[in-house]
Amino acid sequence: MTANMKMFSSSLLRHLLIIAEDFYSFSGEKRKQLTDEYLHDMLLLMPEKIIESFSVKRLDILDEQGEVDTSLMPSLTDDQIKRMYEVMLLARTFDQRALSLQREGRIGTYASILGQEASQIGSALALEKTDWVFPSFRENGVYITLGHPPHMILQYWSGDERGLRTTEDKNIFPVCIPVASHLPHAVGAAMAAKYRKDRTAVAAYFGDGGTSKGDFHEALNFAGVFRLPVVFICQNNQWAISVPREKQTSSKTIAQKAIAYGFQGIQVDGNDIFAVYRATKEALDRAKGGEGPTLIECFTYRVSDHTTADDASRYRKKEEVEAWKAKDPLLRLRLYMEKKGLWTAEYQKEVELRARAEVDEAEKKAESIAPPDPRDMFTYTYAALTQRLLREIKDF
Amino acid sequence: MVQAINLALREEMQRDKDVLILGEDVGRDGGVFRVTEGLLEQFGQERVVDTPLAESVIVGAAIGMASYGLRPVAEIQFLGFIYPAMDQISNHSSRLRSRSRGRYSCPLVIRAPYGAGIKAPEHHSESCEALFCHMPGIKVVMPSSPYYAKGLLISSIRDPDPVVFLESTRLYRLIKEEVPEGEYTVPLEKARLVQEGKDVTVISWGFMLHRVLQAVEGFDAEVIDLMTLNPLDEETIYGSVKKTGRVVIVNEAPRTGSFGSELSASIAEDVMLFLKSPVMRVSAYDTVLPLPRLEDHYMPSVEKIRKAIADVMKY
Repeated sequence: MTANMKMFSSSLLRHLLIIAEDFYSFSGEKRKQLTDEYLHDMLLLMPEKIIESFSVKRLDILDEQGEVDTSLMPSLTDDQIKRMYEVMLLARTFDQRALSLQREGRIGTYASILGQEASQIGSALALEKTDWVFPSFRENGVYITLGHPPHMILQYWSGDERGLRTTEDKNIFPVCIPVASHLPHAVGAAMAAKYRKDRTAVAAYFGDGGTSKGDFHEALNFAGVFRLPVVFICQNNQWAISVPREKQTSSKTIAQKAIAYGFQGIQVDGNDIFAVYRATKEALDRAKGGEGPTLIECFTYRVSDHTTADDASRYRKKEEVEAWKAKDPLLRLRLYMEKKGLWTAEYQKEVELRARAEVDEAEKKAESIAPPDPRDMFTYTYAALTQRLLREIKDF
Repeated sequence: MVQAINLALREEMQRDKDVLILGEDVGRDGGVFRVTEGLLEQFGQERVVDTPLAESVIVGAAIGMASYGLRPVAEIQFLGFIYPAMDQISNHSSRLRSRSRGRYSCPLVIRAPYGAGIKAPEHHSESCEALFCHMPGIKVVMPSSPYYAKGLLISSIRDPDPVVFLESTRLYRLIKEEVPEGEYTVPLEKARLVQEGKDVTVISWGFMLHRVLQAVEGFDAEVIDLMTLNPLDEETIYGSVKKTGRVVIVNEAPRTGSFGSELSASIAEDVMLFLKSPVMRVSAYDTVLPLPRLEDHYMPSVEKIRKAIADVMKY
């Protein structure tokens, strides 16, 4: 018996005796004193210990004035930086066009990405062609960055499934409308990649609202248990339709949720394309190196309405939106590029023209596509037509 | 039937290293019914995956694996626990081929034990196959014997579409039957004519077939084992109904909205003019499934089935 254990048992015995025989004979002060003494002894012997402690990192590289922290700046060539700007501008041009097309009744409901360009383009540019991508429904910037033809995005939002058919050379999943329900698919694909020993990572996109869903927790837990090569990219845009971030979770950050699942989480300035790019690149490299999953919280803002079917002025203040407009991701990159001599008014004009031409082309192409063959409904339900489907086609 | 299913899994895993199993307790424990016993030892933990206790991600991860090119077989421990995964089954696995216009498909199998009759606790005895039949894109298979369980499971694993494969807990250890080793398949979308008869067609699937076979004694009944509920083998069913003109459908699910109801409606629509009597359904009651002390009263009995057959024979 160790000295400690002896002390413990004698102390426990003493107090049990007091409790059993004498305790009730005392009253008031004396009784309290005995209780305190007992607790004090117990605490000395079995003190509470801190067995784990955590901290949450936040990464900022490029500020609103276009200044960068050079010690954190990822290594990027001038051309890569220009590409970041050009793709963001293309995505924004596309987004604005899609909104006008919706207003004119030429496409259906559409979810704008305005304000989230750095989160989407910065993360997507860090991906390799062999990586698998599982987007939610607000990732038009991701699709555009990865080379999914923009006219197909318009085709989908105008009600044609064929717009979801990503090309064979890309591993992008169709958009996912039921919130966060695609996160289990991402971990499954990551498990398959790991099983096949492919040097592939999986990126899954979702929003702050999605972190309240069971599938978010099930997927992150699963990814943590099996140390899967997956990067969870949460665009915390502060609003899930009308519900603000603080009503989704009482956690101070979303990044810290990773801690509970046994892997790293980091918050980055989601309007800072360098920070998003760096965090994503590092997470993808770690995933491919067998170091497991990462949760990245891109702290950003949904400047537009939830979708064209929503009116955000019903539930949030104009001043809040205006304050976020000052943090615009394109503006700060432009300021940085200007200081570096990479941006001129002429360059801006040229990039805008190119973006507009590309979006014009996408619009033209989307609108020239004939409606799908109604038989497609039947053709793609199963790999082969069933007895019933054959009859339904015949009677169609 | 436990051994037959185990054999199917084992042989398919030997044949194709893209086939893997995931679910709760499927590895070290060999499954709560021992269906996956010995597979962990043979194939390792990368192919026989004990997952966290979370049904939605079991099915959801299987969808991700299937779209990546693997052939996952996901086990849900009891059918009554499948509801958290319904979103994955209905909104994703069934639709992936269609919504990606063929770019992705979802060749996965979801195995789950179903049905009452083994005195299991609450939520362990459900028979909700009709729910999956209402999801276009899903195939629903319910074997009635060891031989067919093996052949159907092999077909399900090789099938290019998602299959919900429901195994009667009652049948797991009820019947002994020669099951050949080695490869054979039983095609999906094909019902089985168990016995021929002239006067009445009795249709059932899974465990109910065995009660039907007892109930038809003394009648000149044609017995059909559906095996695959969706896609439905209309040809075999209608062929038989045209011959007998009388139909009794037996299922152990609650009556309202049961798959028996779908069959009954289809027969009424398509082969009405051949019918001599109303189409009868024998099913469980439209009640919550009772705990074991009342389950014998809940499940369709041989007597109830006999009575239904006798009723249609009055016409």
